[in-house]
Amino acid sequence: MTQIINVAYLVASVLFILGIKGLSHPRTAVRGNLYGAVGMLVAMVATLADRQVIGSGPQALGILAGGLALGALIGATLALKVQMTAMPQMVALLNGFGGGASVLVAGGALIDTANPTTQMSVATVASGIIGGVTFWGSLVAFDKLQEMLLPGRPIVFPGQQIVNALLGLVALGLGAVVVADPTATWAFWALVVVASVAGILLTIPIGGADMPVAIALLNSYSGLAAAATGFVLSNTVLIITGSLVGASGLILTQIMCRAMNRSLWNVLSGAIGPAGKAASADDVYGGRVKSTSAEEIAMLLDGARRIVIVPGYGLAVSQAQHSVRELTKLLESRGSEVEFAIHPVAGRMPGHMNVLLAEADIDYDKLKEMDEINPTFEQTDVAIVLGANDVVNPLARTDPASPIAGMPILNVDKAKTVVVIKRSLSPGFAGIPNPLFAADNTLMFFADGKQAVTDLIAAVKEA
Amino acid sequence: MDFVGILTVFMLALFVGFELIAKIPPLLHTPLMSGSNAISGITVIGAMLSVASPNRFSTALGFIAIVFATINVVGGFLVTHRMLGMFKKRD
Repeated sequence: MTQIINVAYLVASVLFILGIKGLSHPRTAVRGNLYGAVGMLVAMVATLADRQVIGSGPQALGILAGGLALGALIGATLALKVQMTAMPQMVALLNGFGGGASVLVAGGALIDTANPTTQMSVATVASGIIGGVTFWGSLVAFDKLQEMLLPGRPIVFPGQQIVNALLGLVALGLGAVVVADPTATWAFWALVVVASVAGILLTIPIGGADMPVAIALLNSYSGLAAAATGFVLSNTVLIITGSLVGASGLILTQIMCRAMNRSLWNVLSGAIGPAGKAASADDVYGGRVKSTSAEEIAMLLDGARRIVIVPGYGLAVSQAQHSVRELTKLLESRGSEVEFAIHPVAGRMPGHMNVLLAEADIDYDKLKEMDEINPTFEQTDVAIVLGANDVVNPLARTDPASPIAGMPILNVDKAKTVVVIKRSLSPGFAGIPNPLFAADNTLMFFADGKQAVTDLIAAVKEA
Repeated sequence: MDFVGILTVFMLALFVGFELIAKIPPLLHTPLMSGSNAISGITVIGAMLSVASPNRFSTALGFIAIVFATINVVGGFLVTHRMLGMFKKRD
C-alpha cells in the first residue's frame, strides 16, 4: 500500500510541475491550473488511503471530513466573491493560511513523535520560523492592503533593524533548545510566537508601491514552509511542491525588485532614499501646471491616431476598468489605435493591472510591456496616465540624486501630448514631485479616475 | 528515505522551479502566484496525517491545519481559474 501511495505522490508531483509550466504561457494557463488541482486531488486521495488515516477510527475521520468541508466552503466563498480589485489582499490571505497550516502540522508532528531525528527537529524549527513569519506577515500585508487597522504607508521606527536582529537570535536560540531536547515543546511554541512578532515587524515597514515585492516574497515563504514541513514528515511530495513554489516566488520577487531598480534589502527595510535633496513641489510645479477639462481632451483625442493609456493603482482604487474599456472601444470605433502600457510594478501585486483590464474584457494583446511600448511613445499622439505617478516620473532618468534614480520608467513624456488624470498633485509612494505634471506637453485633469473616464466618454461622444 | 536522499530531492526540485518559470510574461504574474500558492497548500496532506493522532491537542492542531490548508487549496485554484477565464484573446 505504501508503494502505491508513493507512486500517487510521484504522479501528483509531476502534475504540479506540468501545472506550473502551463501557468507560464497564456495559451496553456487554464490547463496548467487544472493539472495543479488534479495533482492535489490525487495527493489527497492517496493520503486518505494511508493506514494511519484510514485506520484512525470514525471520530478522527469525522474531524478530517469536517475540516475539509469547512475549509472548502470558506475557500470557495472567498474565491467566488472576491472582487478583482481586491486580488492582492486575497493572495496575501491565502498565502498566510498556507504558512499557518505548515506551522501547525510541524508542531503536531513534534508532539506525536517520541524520538525525533535531528533532521526532523531541525526541520520543525525551520517550519515554525518560516511559517510563523509567513502567517503573520501575510495577515499584516492583507490588513495594509485593505487598510483596515494599519495604514497602507510604511511604518518605521528607530532601531527596527536591531529589534529584528534580536528576534532572529532569540528564535534561533529557542530552535537550538528544540533540537537539543525535542520534548521541550514549549520552546517550539515560544519560537512560533517570536517568529510571529518578527513577521509583523518585517512587514509593517513595507508599504504602498513596494507591496508587489512583499506579496511575491511571502508567496515564496509559504512554499518554503511547506518544504520544511516535508522534511519534518520525510514526505517527498511536500518537499518537491514546496520548493517549486519557493523558487517561483523568489523569481517573481527578483523581477519586481529589478523593475524598481532596488535591492531586496532596500525594499524590506522600507528605506526609500532620502527625499531631502529633491526639489520642493513649489519649485517643480509653481505656476506651470496646466489644468484641463473633458471637452478639451475630447478635442485632442478626436484627431489622434495613436493613444496609449497608462494605468496605475489609481485605476484599481476608483474601479475604473470597465469605463476604460468603454472609452477604448469608443476611440477605436473612431479610428484611433489604442494600447495600454503596463509597468511591471504598477498596482499592488505582480500583474495587478493585467488582471483588472482582463476583467473588463480588454484583449490582452493590447497590454504592452514596458520594453515593448517605450520606443513607441514618440509616435504617440496622446498618452493618458490614469492613476500612475512614480512609474512615469522622468526624474528617474535625469536626476541621479532622486530616490527613484535608475528605476526603469514608462517614457510617456515623449508623447506629443500627455493627459494625466489624478485627483490632486499629491506625490506618489516615493514622496517626490513629478516634473511630468508641469511639462509643456502635459495637461492635468483633476478628478476621480472613474468619473474622469465617464466624463471623457460623454465628451468624446459629443465632439 | 535517508536525509541525503531527501536533500537531493529538495535541491533538484528547487532547480526545476527556477528553470520552469524563468521566462514568465507579466500578464501571468498574478495567476502564477495564486496558482502556485494553491499548490503550496499541499501541506493539507500533512494535516490529514496529523488528525489521526491519538493526542487530543495535536488532533486539534491538525483540524485547524486542515481548515487553513483547504482554504488555501480550494480558494487558490478557484480564484486562479476565475481569473484566467477573463484572459481572452479576440481576433
